Amino acid sequence: MSALESPWIEVCPIDSIPLRGCRVVRTRHMQIALFRTASDEVFALENRCPHKNGPLSEGIVHDRKVTCPLHNWVISLESGEATGADKGCTRSFPVRLDKGRVYLEASVATAP
Amino acid sequence: MSKQKLAIIGNGMAPGRMLEHLFEAAPDAYDVTIFNAEPRVNYDRIMLSPVLSGEKSYEQIIIHGDGWYIDHGVMLYKGHKVVKIDREARTVTSEHGETVAYDKLVIATGSNPIIIPVPGHSLPGVLSYRDLDDVRAMMLAAQSRNKAVVIGGGLLGLEAAAGLNARDMDVTVVHLMPTLMERQLDPAAGYLLQRAIEERGIKVLCNANTKAILGDTRVEGVELADGTVIPASLVVMAVGIRPNAELAKVAGLEVKRGIVVDGGMRTSDPDIYALGECAEVDGQVYGLVAPLYEMARVAAAHLAGETAAKFVHADTPTKLKVTGIDLYSLGDFAEGDDREEIVLRDASAGVYKRLVLKDNRIVGTVLYGETADGAWFNDLKKKQTDISAMRDTLIFGQAYQGGSPLDPMAAVAALPDDAEICGCNGVCKGKITGTIKAKGLTSLDDVRAHTKASSSCGTCTGLVEQLMKLTLGDAYNPSAVKPMCGCTDLSHDDVRRLIKAKGLKSIPQLLQELEWKTSCGCAKCRPALNYYMICDWPDDYADDYQSRFINERVHANIQKDGTYSVVPRMWGGQTSAKELRAIADIVDKYKIPTVKVTGGQRIDMLGVAKEDLPGVWADLSAAGMVSGHAYAKGLRTVKTCVGSDWCRFGTQDSTGLGVKLEKFMWGSWTPAKVKLAVSGCPRNCAEATCKDIGVVCIESGYDIHYAGAAGLEIKGTELLGHVATEEEAIEVIGALTQLYREQGRYLERIHKWAKRVGFDTIRQQIMEDGERRRTLYDRFVFSQKFAQIDPWAERAQGKDAHEFKPVADLTLREAAE
Repeated sequence: MSALESPWIEVCPIDSIPLRGCRVVRTRHMQIALFRTASDEVFALENRCPHKNGPLSEGIVHDRKVTCPLHNWVISLESGEATGADKGCTRSFPVRLDKGRVYLEASVATAP
Repeated sequence: MSKQKLAIIGNGMAPGRMLEHLFEAAPDAYDVTIFNAEPRVNYDRIMLSPVLSGEKSYEQIIIHGDGWYIDHGVMLYKGHKVVKIDREARTVTSEHGETVAYDKLVIATGSNPIIIPVPGHSLPGVLSYRDLDDVRAMMLAAQSRNKAVVIGGGLLGLEAAAGLNARDMDVTVVHLMPTLMERQLDPAAGYLLQRAIEERGIKVLCNANTKAILGDTRVEGVELADGTVIPASLVVMAVGIRPNAELAKVAGLEVKRGIVVDGGMRTSDPDIYALGECAEVDGQVYGLVAPLYEMARVAAAHLAGETAAKFVHADTPTKLKVTGIDLYSLGDFAEGDDREEIVLRDASAGVYKRLVLKDNRIVGTVLYGETADGAWFNDLKKKQTDISAMRDTLIFGQAYQGGSPLDPMAAVAALPDDAEICGCNGVCKGKITGTIKAKGLTSLDDVRAHTKASSSCGTCTGLVEQLMKLTLGDAYNPSAVKPMCGCTDLSHDDVRRLIKAKGLKSIPQLLQELEWKTSCGCAKCRPALNYYMICDWPDDYADDYQSRFINERVHANIQKDGTYSVVPRMWGGQTSAKELRAIADIVDKYKIPTVKVTGGQRIDMLGVAKEDLPGVWADLSAAGMVSGHAYAKGLRTVKTCVGSDWCRFGTQDSTGLGVKLEKFMWGSWTPAKVKLAVSGCPRNCAEATCKDIGVVCIESGYDIHYAGAAGLEIKGTELLGHVATEEEAIEVIGALTQLYREQGRYLERIHKWAKRVGFDTIRQQIMEDGERRRTLYDRFVFSQKFAQIDPWAERAQGKDAHEFKPVADLTLREAAE
């Protein structure tokens, strides 16, 4: 193990994600959707709706939620949980924001 | 413990209700498989009459949408009729060869309509009245605005007759007995009913025995025993139903009139249950919904292991679902030596009330013209209340008991908690008021969802609303407008008005000014707001792409696997060798898996990866093609026939007009999608009379139609008017589209908008008021200046590039140690 390697990797400047929008990060085994809310918070979820694997990155972002484009499930950006009457959860990942740059944990690059 | 396998044959209202109870009591007990002979989900059959008359749409009567089956893990085979039950192997097999094993089996095959075996009974044009297919066939037949005969003057027959009459057919009811609905009504009420039916323009023939249905290749008329011939192009047989027990019989179960079951709904095989119209319990079979729902409750309890539940017979009130006719009948009203009766007649008001008493207790009730006291009389009957003390005033109803007349609210307030309010679903007053309080319900829809009261036939809606008012006081406002969504209390119309009045020109400004309750709206309101502002400020509003649904944001249609489909525009449905060659090359180059011709005469390339979209568009642009907007709430396609260019019947250049219309209107955003067609003659090969806007060419010019539908709903168009030249046709269509753009609520199709605001108002503004037409047309032309920019060419040149590629690629990164 290399003690010097940072556990966080820089992914992109926050401005490359549209306000109330989303961009996708490719990793070895999945896609991660990076959401930016109206108040400049950033959240990371696996890009699959727990319902039918719809691409959440294509949904409409409102408050801290996104509405899946396939069947309108509303997913919490904070927890990845479906809200309302629907039940299900997608994976969420820690995000760090520093001086306008977005960081993910280095381990997500190879996470299964 | 592993789950048991539950198979259900039939997907009507009874098994649907049974599953609701079962999932509540024992959500994880069974893996459920349903076979439905009809190719659809569970819908409310009681509401077929309002669908036929046009008061409701099919979507409005769905009880369980597809999502419900998914959420409960139910495997639903739609369009699978079960042909075999193997009790040895404990399996059922459908006609398509699907075999499913069961631990418990529920048979709910319903009933079949009785078809009188007179000559001609199997001619095309003879229908029964049982399911949505029958209703759709009747709606189609009604488009001829021709003559119809309904055989049978019972509940179903009269509802069918009223529905066909509402669709402008000339209807005659042929009834074998001397008065209508003789099983539920005494002759006096039957006579009043006949008069009310005749006042609507429906002919009624009682004592009429059908001898034959006439016609060679399809129905032409009905011949009665006395020799009378009634011409008709549609005959509806509604003379009764017979339990459908054939499958059970072949499987060796005990069958008499229906499938014999005990009080726990169990057949002669202990692992097989039967319920609904196919079941016979204590020698009785049932056709009204209340006892069927009771069977559902009992069967669910047994399946959940609670074996004490038992089905008990109860009289069910009958109500006729014909708007404007109030009729209520309950219990036994035959005359007898030991019976007395109280009758009230008010001929001029058309009111007739009759109570049949035995030993000072009510045994039967017939109410006509004024039925508000039905629930009260039913309650007195059920409780066997001795009425001697109020005998003098009993017939006037509950309001007149104890001196001065009370207002209707007080009458409802005076009902005991266990008085039945909703007969269909067996819901009493206490359950409704209790649930309103416990769950804090404030709207009728909520009360329906939580208690089921008023959710079937709807005749108790007034009572339920009075109970809401009683429980909530001023907090209940039935006329309150429906808000756009949970983010605001304002309706769509309010918001549109305020956008204009306050000059709101951005989404953040609007949310602030109109005091939105959420910080940035939701997926329901944001696309609507974006559309309203684009429509109102064409030259001054910056389209908010983050408020658009993905399809309009990336200008392609998202598919279930996250790929997209691409449909280039082909003006009027015409293409060329050059375009086809370019499409073929693109399909090869990008390895597009599926190419399909659409219903709107276009070519659809399916399965394009998002990253490939700009490349595909660049190649299409190079060949001169632009976006077909197949994804837009906007102008989709203009379908045409070949018209006078080629067709020997063509009266005008329909293709040419279609191309002109499409070039004029492409790129426009509208509340919902808009599809056009132009047919070159009344043979109508372009199917213009089921489109949002359709033109039918004739020798003297152009008939302009609108407000058709051919999707979930089928609806022929209305004629807007006739014009002599192409220029006039284009002006009328532009003005009509602009009026719809300015008044339509987001996602409201043209036919729904037109029905809401009124066909006459629209015709007056477009066809009669030349100045109004001209200003609408001018506003449409102005807005097109900003709308007609090909979104594909822009994106092929790099606009919104961020939409089409990932922000980062970590696939090559080594694992962090």
